[in-house]
Amino acid sequence: MESQAFQKVYTKLTNITKATVTLKADGVGYDEIASVNGKLAQVVKITGDDITLQIFEGTEGIPTNAEVSFLGKPPQLTVSDELAGRFFNAYGAPIDGGPEIQGEVRDIGSPSVNPVRRKQPSNLIATGIAGIDLNNTLVSGQKIPFFADPDQPYNQVMAMVALRAKADKIILGGMGLTNDDYLYFKNVFDNAGALDRIISFVNTTENPPVERLLVPDMALTAAEYFAVDKNESVLVLLTDMTLYADALSIVSNRMDQIPSKDSMPGSLYSDLAKIYEKAVQFPSGGSITIIAVTTLSGGDITHAIPDNTGYITEGQLFLRRDSDIGKVIVDPFRSLSRLKQLVIGKQTREDHPQVMNSAIRLYADAANARTKLENGFDLTDYDERTLKFAREYSDSILAIDVNVGTDTMLDITWDLFSKHFKKAEVAIRESLVEKYWKS
Amino acid sequence: MEKENKTTGKVVGIVSNLVMVEVNGPIAQNEICYISLEKERLMAEVIKVVGKHAYVQVFESTRGLKPGSVAEFQGHLLEVTLGPGILSRNYDGLQNDLDKMEGIFLKRGEYTDPLNREKKWEFKPIVKVGDEVQAGAWLGEVNENDQPHKVMVPFKMKGTFKIKEIVSEGEYTVDHKIAVVTDDDGNDTDLTMVQKWPVKVAIGSYKEKPRPFKLLETGVRCMDTLNPITEGGTGFIPGPFGTGKTVLQHAISKQAEADIVIIAACGERANEVVEIFTEFPELEDPRTGKKLIERTIIIANTSNMPVAAREASVYTAMTIGEYYRAMGLKVLLMADSTSRWAQALREMSNRLEELPGPDAFPMDLSAVISNFYSRAGFVYLNNGKTGSITFIGTVSPAGGNLKEPVTESTRKAARCFYGLSQARADSKRYPAIDPIDSYSKYLEYPEVQENLETNVGDSWLKEVTKAKDVLLRGKEAMEQINILGDDGVPISFHETFWKSELIDFVILQQDAFDKIDASTPMKRQQYMLSKVLDVVDSSFVFSHFEDVSSFFKEVINEFKQMNYSEFESDKFKQHEGALNELLKKQAN
Repeated sequence: MESQAFQKVYTKLTNITKATVTLKADGVGYDEIASVNGKLAQVVKITGDDITLQIFEGTEGIPTNAEVSFLGKPPQLTVSDELAGRFFNAYGAPIDGGPEIQGEVRDIGSPSVNPVRRKQPSNLIATGIAGIDLNNTLVSGQKIPFFADPDQPYNQVMAMVALRAKADKIILGGMGLTNDDYLYFKNVFDNAGALDRIISFVNTTENPPVERLLVPDMALTAAEYFAVDKNESVLVLLTDMTLYADALSIVSNRMDQIPSKDSMPGSLYSDLAKIYEKAVQFPSGGSITIIAVTTLSGGDITHAIPDNTGYITEGQLFLRRDSDIGKVIVDPFRSLSRLKQLVIGKQTREDHPQVMNSAIRLYADAANARTKLENGFDLTDYDERTLKFAREYSDSILAIDVNVGTDTMLDITWDLFSKHFKKAEVAIRESLVEKYWKS
Repeated sequence: MEKENKTTGKVVGIVSNLVMVEVNGPIAQNEICYISLEKERLMAEVIKVVGKHAYVQVFESTRGLKPGSVAEFQGHLLEVTLGPGILSRNYDGLQNDLDKMEGIFLKRGEYTDPLNREKKWEFKPIVKVGDEVQAGAWLGEVNENDQPHKVMVPFKMKGTFKIKEIVSEGEYTVDHKIAVVTDDDGNDTDLTMVQKWPVKVAIGSYKEKPRPFKLLETGVRCMDTLNPITEGGTGFIPGPFGTGKTVLQHAISKQAEADIVIIAACGERANEVVEIFTEFPELEDPRTGKKLIERTIIIANTSNMPVAAREASVYTAMTIGEYYRAMGLKVLLMADSTSRWAQALREMSNRLEELPGPDAFPMDLSAVISNFYSRAGFVYLNNGKTGSITFIGTVSPAGGNLKEPVTESTRKAARCFYGLSQARADSKRYPAIDPIDSYSKYLEYPEVQENLETNVGDSWLKEVTKAKDVLLRGKEAMEQINILGDDGVPISFHETFWKSELIDFVILQQDAFDKIDASTPMKRQQYMLSKVLDVVDSSFVFSHFEDVSSFFKEVINEFKQMNYSEFESDKFKQHEGALNELLKKQAN
C-alpha cells in the first residue's frame, strides 16, 4: 500500500445510525473505503456532498467529531503464494500471529468472467460418499450448497468432501462461525496434514456481523489468484451463507430500503449470484468450485435465502437422519447436482445414469409403501421388497460414512436390484441389464 | 437523429448503480448517456427526471465514480444494430459482441461492435429502380448461414419512397451504400445494410397480426401432444428450482421447428450459457443437417453481470427477433428467466424510492410483462409473406409459490402454461410439466383445431382429450386408493390408475439426455398415443390388484424400450411384438 502524502481528515459527522454515518466531504468515490476513528468503513451513498459510510464494526462509541479519512481505494487483499496455510480476519489481516503477506495488492469484488471465456465444467470430483458421487455427482467449477438444519453435521461433511476432493487449494470463508467450529476445521485440516494448502478467512460469532459481508469477496479474490494466475484447482468453502444474507438485510434496513420477501433486500438474488457465479472452470485448467452451507429455519426451503440460493447454485445437497438405520444420509429426493449430467456415464461407467434413476425411483416406491404402512394398510409383496431394498440402499449407499469408488457403488446397487426385484421392475435399458444384472 | 449540441451534465449523487446527474439542457426519458470515469465511459439510461436532475441507471459497476464526473447525453434511446452477421453471435444484454472482448474478465466501459464491418456479403437485389417502397420493404438478400437475410428499408423511415439507385449483384460490406431512395419531396437518403432500432419500441412494419393457427413442433411430447404451442404463440414455464426449467428450455431450443432461435439468458447461471456455447456448435439441426449454432443467437446477461443490462437483455432479444420476423422467418425466442428481469425492475424501483406494489415489485409490473409478451406473434408482412416470433419465457416463482406477482402477471399475458411440478420432479418424472394443471389456450382456437386435424389426423383432438381424461381419472382413482387402501377399492380402480400411469410413463415422461427419446416427431407422437390408447381401451382380466401393477409395469417396460429405439426399426418392432403378445395374454 503506497502511503498518501496528504490525507484530508474530516471531523464533523452529521448523522449516525447503528451501522452508518453521514458527513460532508468532496472528491470521494463510490465504494471507496474510509477510516472512522480507526474503524473501517465503506462509501454506500453519495448525495451531493453528503457521503454515507457503512461502518463494518458498527457505530458503537463513534462521536460526532470522529476523525474520518478516505483511503481512495475499494477494499483490497494482498495476494501471493504466502497466503497458503494462513488464517485471516474479514479484512484480510493475519490472525494467526504470523507475518503480514508480501505480494500484489488487488481490489476485492472484481468483475465477472466473460461467459464466452469459460469452459464447460467436465472434471468429476470424487468424494467417496456414494450419496454424492452416485446420485449427485460434483464437478469442478460447480457451485453447490448444503441446505441443512443447524443441528446437522454439515461442517463435518463439508470438511470430509474438501479433504477427499484433491484440490490444490482449499479456501475457507467462515461467516459467523462459532469458535468451536472454527477450531474444528483447523484441527481436521491440521490432522490431515493439509494445512499448507488451506487458506482461511474467518469471521466468528465474536466479530461484528456486518464484517461478514467482506468474507466471501476476500476468499474469492484469493481463489481467483490461485485459479487464474497459478492455474490451480481451488475449492472454496463458504459457511454459513444464511448469516451472510442476514448481514445484508441489516445493512439494507439501516439504509431505509424497502424490504422484499422475508425482510430481505430486493437485491438478494443479485448479491448472492455475484458470489456464487465466481465458480468457474477456466480453459487454462484452473478452476474455482464453491461448496457452501445455507442453514434453514425449520427446514423451510421457501424462505427467501434458500429459495434465491437454489435458483443460483447448480443444485443443492440435503442431509437427513434416517431413523431406520440410525445414520445421517444424503437425501436422494431433495438433493440434486445439476452438473452431474456432464460426467455421469462419461467419466463414470455407462450404466451410471440409469442405475441412479432406477434406484431412486424404487426408493420412492418404498417411501410410498411406508406411508401405506403408517396409514394401517396391508402391504403387497412388491411393497415389502421395496422396503427391504430401501433399508439396504440407505445403509450401503446413502449413508455419509460410505467411502468407496463409483464402480463399487454401481456394483452394490446392481446387487440390491437383483436381490429384491425382477428385471422388468427395474426398467433399465435392456442392453445394460444383460451386461450387469447379477444372477 | 443525432442532436447538434449534446446535452451534458455532472454527477451529483450515487447509490449503487443509480446515479443522479444535474443537466444543462433538454433530455428525454430513456435517453442514453455516457458518464466519464477516468479513461472509462460508463453507459447509462435515463429513468426519471426531477427538475434539473436526471436519474440514470448505469449499466456497469459505479465503483470509484465521483460527484462532478461529466455525463454526455446521446440524443437516442438504447438501440440495437441490425444487419447481416447477427446469427451465431454471443452478445451481452446491450448487444456487445462478447467474443470481441479481450481478457478473461469483463472490462468496465468496454463496448464492442455487434457486426463484422470487414466481411463481404453476397448481395442480390430484390427491388429495381423506380419501385415504391416503405419501411421494412425488402431491398435485397444476402446469404447468412444459409438463411435468406433480407436487407430492408430502415424501420425508422416514415412514408413511401422511390428507389433511385440500387447496386447490382455483388459482394459488399455491411456499410457499403447499396441503395438510394427518394421521398415525396425529392430528398435522397443513402441506405446501407445496417440500421438501428430502439429496443423498447416494437417494430411495426407488417400488415396484419392474425391469431396464431399453426402448430410449432418442439419434439417434446407433453407439449406437442397435450398442450401444443403455435407458431407466433406465447407460453411460459414456471417452476421451483430443480424442476428442470432449463433442461426443458434447452430441449425446446434444440428441437423446435424454427428458422432462428434466440436464447436470452437473463440473470441465470453462466454455466448454462456455456453449455449452449459448447454443445450447439457440435449438435446438428435434424431438419437442415447444419450445426445448431448457425441458426442461434445468444444474449447472455448472466446473474453476475450488471443488473440494469439484464433488464435490457430481454428487449434486445425481442428486437432482434422482430428484425428476423420482418424477413419472413420463423423465430423462436426463449427467455430464461423473466423473473430475473422483474427483479431487475424491482431493484431499480427500490432505489428510486417508488411506492412498492406486491412483494416490493413495481406497480406497473403486470403492464410491463403484458406489453412485452404482446410483441410476439404471427404476422403477414406488407408483401404478403409471413413471419413469426414464438416466445417462451421461464418464471422462477419465489418459494415455488405460483401466486407470486411475476407468475400471476405472466399468466395474464401468456397463452400456454407449462407448470412444472415439484412432486413430479421429486419422483424424477421428467419433464415435470404437470399434465393436469397445464394448459394451452390455442387448443380452443377453431383455426388451430382445424390445422391439427388436417396435419396430424382426423381423430387427433379426440385422442388428446381422451388422454387428458384418462390422466384425470387416474389421479382420482389414486386418491381413492390412498384413502381406502389397495384392497378397499374394486380392482377396476387399480386398472384406471395404471392406465393413467401408462400414459404418464410412455407419453409424458421423456429422457432429454437420450439421443432417440429426446425428440419425438409428430408422426411418431401420433403413432405412440394411439398405441397407448389402444391399451387403455382394451379390457383385461385380473384376479388380484397386485396383478394389475405387475402387468402394467411389464407393458410400460416394453413401451419404454420402444421409446428408446429408432422409430419403426427392427428393435422397435421387436418390442412392439413383445408388447402385443403381453396384451393378448392378458386380454379378456
